[in-house]
Amino acid sequence: MENAQPFPAPLVRTINLSRQYNMGASVIRAVDNVSVEIARGEFVALLGASGSGKSTLLHLLAGLDRPTSGSIEVAGRELGQLSAQELARYRRHTVGMVFQSFNLVPSMTLEENVELPMLFAEVDRQERRTRARQALERVGLAARMRHRPSEISGGEQQRASLARALVNEPVLLLADEPTGNLDSRTGEEIMSLIREFNQTLQMTVLLVTHEAPLADRFARRVLQMGDGKLIAPQVTSVASEAAQ
Amino acid sequence: MKAYDLFDLASRNLRESVLRNGLTTAGIAVGVASLLAMLSLGVGLQQLAGKRLSGSGLFDTIAVSPQRTSGRDRGGETPHDGEPRILDEAARQHIVRLPNVVDVQPEIRFLSEVRFRDRSHVVSVGGLAPSARDNEAFEKMQGTFFSSAAAREAILKNELAKQLNEGNPPAVIGQELVIRYAERRPLPPSTPADSESEDGSAAGDEDYGFTVVRREEKLRITGIIDNEPYGGMRSSSRAGVFIPTQLAEELNIMQASDVSGASRTGASGKTYASLMVRVSDPTKAQAVEDAIGKMGFRTFSILDASQGLRRFFTILDLFLGIFGSLALAVASLGIINTLVMAVLERRREIGIMKAIGASDKDVQKLFFAEAGAMGLAGGVAGVLLGHAIGAAINFGTGIYLQRHQLPPETVWAAPLWLIAAAISFAIVVSLVSGLYPARRAARLDPVQALRYE
Ligand SMILES: Nc1ncnc2c1ncn2[C@@H]1O[C@H](COP(=O)(O)OP(=O)(O)O)[C@@H](O)[C@H]1O
Ligand SMILES: [Mg+2]
Repeated sequence: MENAQPFPAPLVRTINLSRQYNMGASVIRAVDNVSVEIARGEFVALLGASGSGKSTLLHLLAGLDRPTSGSIEVAGRELGQLSAQELARYRRHTVGMVFQSFNLVPSMTLEENVELPMLFAEVDRQERRTRARQALERVGLAARMRHRPSEISGGEQQRASLARALVNEPVLLLADEPTGNLDSRTGEEIMSLIREFNQTLQMTVLLVTHEAPLADRFARRVLQMGDGKLIAPQVTSVASEAAQ
Repeated sequence: MKAYDLFDLASRNLRESVLRNGLTTAGIAVGVASLLAMLSLGVGLQQLAGKRLSGSGLFDTIAVSPQRTSGRDRGGETPHDGEPRILDEAARQHIVRLPNVVDVQPEIRFLSEVRFRDRSHVVSVGGLAPSARDNEAFEKMQGTFFSSAAAREAILKNELAKQLNEGNPPAVIGQELVIRYAERRPLPPSTPADSESEDGSAAGDEDYGFTVVRREEKLRITGIIDNEPYGGMRSSSRAGVFIPTQLAEELNIMQASDVSGASRTGASGKTYASLMVRVSDPTKAQAVEDAIGKMGFRTFSILDASQGLRRFFTILDLFLGIFGSLALAVASLGIINTLVMAVLERRREIGIMKAIGASDKDVQKLFFAEAGAMGLAGGVAGVLLGHAIGAAINFGTGIYLQRHQLPPETVWAAPLWLIAAAISFAIVVSLVSGLYPARRAARLDPVQALRYE
């Protein structure tokens, strides 16, 4: 990778990033002036109370939402300058997303769910099959391929959604409270799996969570959010730390 | 997203709520069926009327006659530049060469004494051109039509056949009939003039004349008809015996017009009281009629009546089409409703698809494809349903006609172009109906959709 460079450019860099909602007269600053850098290969946890703006920040980084002001640069591209079509491409190839409520398509089997991102990436049917199978094997669900989400447990659903997130081989994994709907044991399994992706696939991870102990155990760096702002450890370049 | 993946995904989504989408598709099918049934009824009726009309031989034929003596009724006639002309051989050849003219035949009709098994009957004899074979009078004839254009053959009207052979009229077919006629034999040009012409310029005229010789000809009877050809609308069709027009011409059978023609200035040979001009297509009749009118002849056709009929069918088609489309319009509201519901219901799914990389266009195309697939399925089902309705209409009409001792007719006909048009129309209507829901789906904010629990 780019480890050979003396000062490798961060994978993610936001500068004075803000996202506001106008509710009549009042303005809600869901994300307020956030400047942060995440190096390639890092595993960063994002902690914060409910309503502190964690999901909004994640959506901005995922290219699902557009900032009110400020800039977001991911893998050398300024997201604010991308067209809607380019942003869709970015979501398809550069980021993978995992949600608290799994967000699998209920009418589709696990295999079909995992194939779905490749459908939009126009991958051949044959290759889609192979890659979906491999991804499901990787999360230990090869036997459950033809099941629908309603037929399997929450932990299994979250594994399937992880398989879906990694199938297009993104460089950045954005996880929004992936363990929030799981018991602690299953939650830890999921966290281990994410750490495995981070280590073996060199996937950079930004993971939102409530649970500080979990963040401390798995993440190399912990960010804190409150009222849309980043608190505690402010912008720090931790590239050296990231390189295992 | 690739086209076949799109179609795959769309059809699996449709199958997901099979009852609702099935009902919506059934709505389109009913709309298409009603449109198809209505338009096909129009087409069928038009074909039926067209068949009857062209079978009557009235709409593709123009009757040509010379101008009446100038001055008297000039005002009412169609204006033309030429002097009133005599309808002679030169004029006939001229008309034959006009574009879209199939043939030009004189009207042959004369009184004759015919002999059959040593008994004589005075009957009127009419000429029939080869094209008369298509006339509906010959559709159900006994025996056959003339074997060639100038065959020495005769076709009898059934009344005459009964007279000739009371016990068994059809038995006359194949037997011999002798007709007696006056042959018109031109005089040699060097006849000495008895009377001097006062007008020197017309001197050549005075050489013209002919003698009349009584002749007989044996003809073989080939058939018997029940109805008068051309519905009795022509003088030649009101006869007891019919012979080929060309035979009458070859035999130089004298006509009443020969006498009147001989007394007219400028006639230098055979003249005709009238000529029947057949055109290739009723729609070409007007142009041919105009051209003949310019030559200085009077023309007559039933074109005006046929134009009125065409207008009637155009308006009928329009109304049938509007009523048929109404059902399809209702069906299109069904599509809009179903898809708008689907967008609301699948909000989250749309959000997920966008989050994992679907573009707005992908989402729009997906809903569009779903609308199109319903249109296609509804269109095909509608055509089948329409066919069933049409078969029922034809069946019902058949029974009704049979009760009234009438031959069966096809009143409902769906030509291939109409079927193709109905299916295409269903798809287009569905796509247009899908426009709004698809846009709505495409513009859905994924963040809102995913937040929504
Ligand atoms: N569409 C919206 N309109 C108005 N306010 C919003 C909207 N979306 C989010 N917010 C507000 O923005 C803030 C941050 O929300 P969110 O990012 O979901 O927080 P978290 O994920 O940390 O719980 C909250 O106060 C929330 O109410
Ligand atoms: Mg949240």
